[in-house]
Amino acid sequence: MDIKNVYKIAQRAMGAQLVRLNAIASNLANADNIAQNPQDAYKPVKPVFETKYFDLIRKRGISTVDAVTVQKMDIEPIKVFKPGHPMADNEGFIYKAPVDVEEEYVDMLEASRQYQNNVEVITTIKALMLKTANMGK
Amino acid sequence: MTDSIKQQFEVYSNALRIRNNRNEILASNIANAATPNFKARDLDFEVELANALSVGPLKTSKDGHIALASKNLPGKVQYRKPLHPSMDGNTVELSIEQTEFAENTMRYQTTLNFINSKLSGLISAIRGE
Repeated sequence: MDIKNVYKIAQRAMGAQLVRLNAIASNLANADNIAQNPQDAYKPVKPVFETKYFDLIRKRGISTVDAVTVQKMDIEPIKVFKPGHPMADNEGFIYKAPVDVEEEYVDMLEASRQYQNNVEVITTIKALMLKTANMGK
Repeated sequence: MTDSIKQQFEVYSNALRIRNNRNEILASNIANAATPNFKARDLDFEVELANALSVGPLKTSKDGHIALASKNLPGKVQYRKPLHPSMDGNTVELSIEQTEFAENTMRYQTTLNFINSKLSGLISAIRGE
């Protein structure tokens, strides 16, 4: 999909921010997940953002952003000693998902703010275009 | 006055076009506010308008010509110098981009108002009322 106009710029940026919000939502949903061994523990996911230029005329500085991949973060699960826990392994450990809830919250706020900024761009441009279409009336 | 009606609108149509280009660039900056290593860009409205109206700095068309020293050349989208550079290499400062976008929008609307006034002036001149 190429970038035809300013709507596409904001549209794709909003899409990228939504991917980010989805990743945050799944991280938060799995924040208290417990696993029996370190391999099965939930690993937080983060989207990777990449600038997409308006290919033909790169010099014009028109670009948007895509969330190209969503990567699992390479963090070790939190090892907690709880011998009585039903999920505990032979040595009495359980493995908690290493989700930093505060970080996710801050990320969520930033993502939603940036989503709003893009909505604002669309609203403004829409108003401008309507006024331009009504020129001379 | 020997100007044709088209000439009367030359400044405004060029201004609208450049303001629209600038809006697209600023929208790109806002879209990339969270992209690591993205460099915010912008264009110089005054230089672009002067170039579109063929006024301003001397144009060079041959290798031997010496261009006048000018900071901003027309047709070039410049990189913004960040006031507070961030560690991820992104130079978008949302406060700046948002205010620039607001100002650009406002000036676009002002240009539209100029056109509308011009049009109604011309129409009343044509009608002779």
